[in-house]
Amino acid sequence: MFESWFPPNFAVQKKRLQLLTRLSVQKKKPMIRQAWWKILSFVLLIYTCIMGFTVKIPVLDGRLQQSIRNLFFHVPMWFAMMVLFSVSVVYAIKYLNGQKPVDDFYATEYARTGLIFGSLGLVTGAIWANYQWGQPWSSDPKQNGAAIALLIYFAYFVLRGSVHDEEKRAKLSSVYNIFAFCMLFPTIWILPRLTESLHPGGQGSEGNPALNGKDLAPEMRMVFWPAVIGWTILGVWIATLRIRARILTEKLLSNG
Amino acid sequence: MESLKHISTLIKKDVVLELRQQYSLYGVLLYVAATIFVVYLSMGQPEEDVWNSLFWVVQLFVCVNAVAKSFLQENKGRMLYFYSIAGAKDFILAKLAFNALLMVVMTFLSLIIFCVLLGNPLQHMAQFIGIAALGGFGLSLVFTFLAAIAAKAQQQAALMAIMGFPVIIPQLLLLVKIARIAFSPIVQQGLLQMVLLLVGFDLLIILLAVILFPFLWKD
Repeated sequence: MFESWFPPNFAVQKKRLQLLTRLSVQKKKPMIRQAWWKILSFVLLIYTCIMGFTVKIPVLDGRLQQSIRNLFFHVPMWFAMMVLFSVSVVYAIKYLNGQKPVDDFYATEYARTGLIFGSLGLVTGAIWANYQWGQPWSSDPKQNGAAIALLIYFAYFVLRGSVHDEEKRAKLSSVYNIFAFCMLFPTIWILPRLTESLHPGGQGSEGNPALNGKDLAPEMRMVFWPAVIGWTILGVWIATLRIRARILTEKLLSNG
Repeated sequence: MESLKHISTLIKKDVVLELRQQYSLYGVLLYVAATIFVVYLSMGQPEEDVWNSLFWVVQLFVCVNAVAKSFLQENKGRMLYFYSIAGAKDFILAKLAFNALLMVVMTFLSLIIFCVLLGNPLQHMAQFIGIAALGGFGLSLVFTFLAAIAAKAQQQAALMAIMGFPVIIPQLLLLVKIARIAFSPIVQQGLLQMVLLLVGFDLLIILLAVILFPFLWKD
């Protein structure tokens, strides 16, 4: 009679189950939770910060000189922003397909981190422009495009704030996220090509929106691309931390 | 074929509604006239460039006001009814078409008032009319879609401005740039490219609206 209450090998079974789950967790630890790329980001950024200030810069005509070192800190911000916003849109599409709340957390946090990186890009650009162009804001088409991009994503968070029902908020903001991203693309990638820009790298009106990779000296390229990868991974890292915190908070709230 | 019939019926319904509840139509008309009159009182007859940019800014505000209400007047019960008889795609296409029509009419009206009050610096009237029609069309598409989003949230009017203005800036800049050709005999370079870009924008918005609206619709 008591056997049904206390199965004889209960303790053993439990232990085996624990072991199994631990093993499976260890085996299937997703890439996003692994440590190696976080260490890689740290190493790359240390490398960027040391080499960014010490690498030999070719002095061409005395206009840019040492301020070109901003390339290692300013331009990667935009790469990181673009990657983070793209990931955010992918999760927004995923949310609309599956309606899982987790996808909405992903979309939001990636967008938030992208916004932080975009703001940093604007600030680093403005500091550089203050010395190079004489004023922080020269109404350069690329500056304007970047500012518009940030405004679009600030609006995303205002929209989220104005809807109280969670499911509705997730749905509305996913729809706006996709729409905004499609509008953002021409703003950053097509419009700056149509007008003259002060930005270095672009050739007049045919200027590349980001920079002309072929123009870089080989030594600078050796610092620039690691910097891009390092900053981008750092962005992903911050976003994943925020997502984990968010999921845990959500669990706490639903239990308590 | 079936959906074409649905769309045309829905557009007809909107037109009839607009003609019967005249206060909202006249409200927008009065808004157009009053805005341009205020501009006239404060500016007199400005130069070409100022004229051009003022025209487009006024179009922007007219569009926000004309289009914003398009989803507000549909209450929940009526939406459910449309859902059962027509479907989301037909509904949004009808809304886009009706608002485009409304906005093009408003654009022409404001062009006339602009020419009367603020003077007529245009050298190529026909070209400017074409650009204005294209611009009004594009503006109405963007704001129709945003109105559909905003209708589901609180404080619709404020949200329309917050979401719409950053999104519309690229289009507005393009329009201002293209419209400059109507003021001088000089041919601008890359004109066709810019017009095609604008048309591409419009097609993109229609496509997005058709794909995304069904998600907004269901509650």
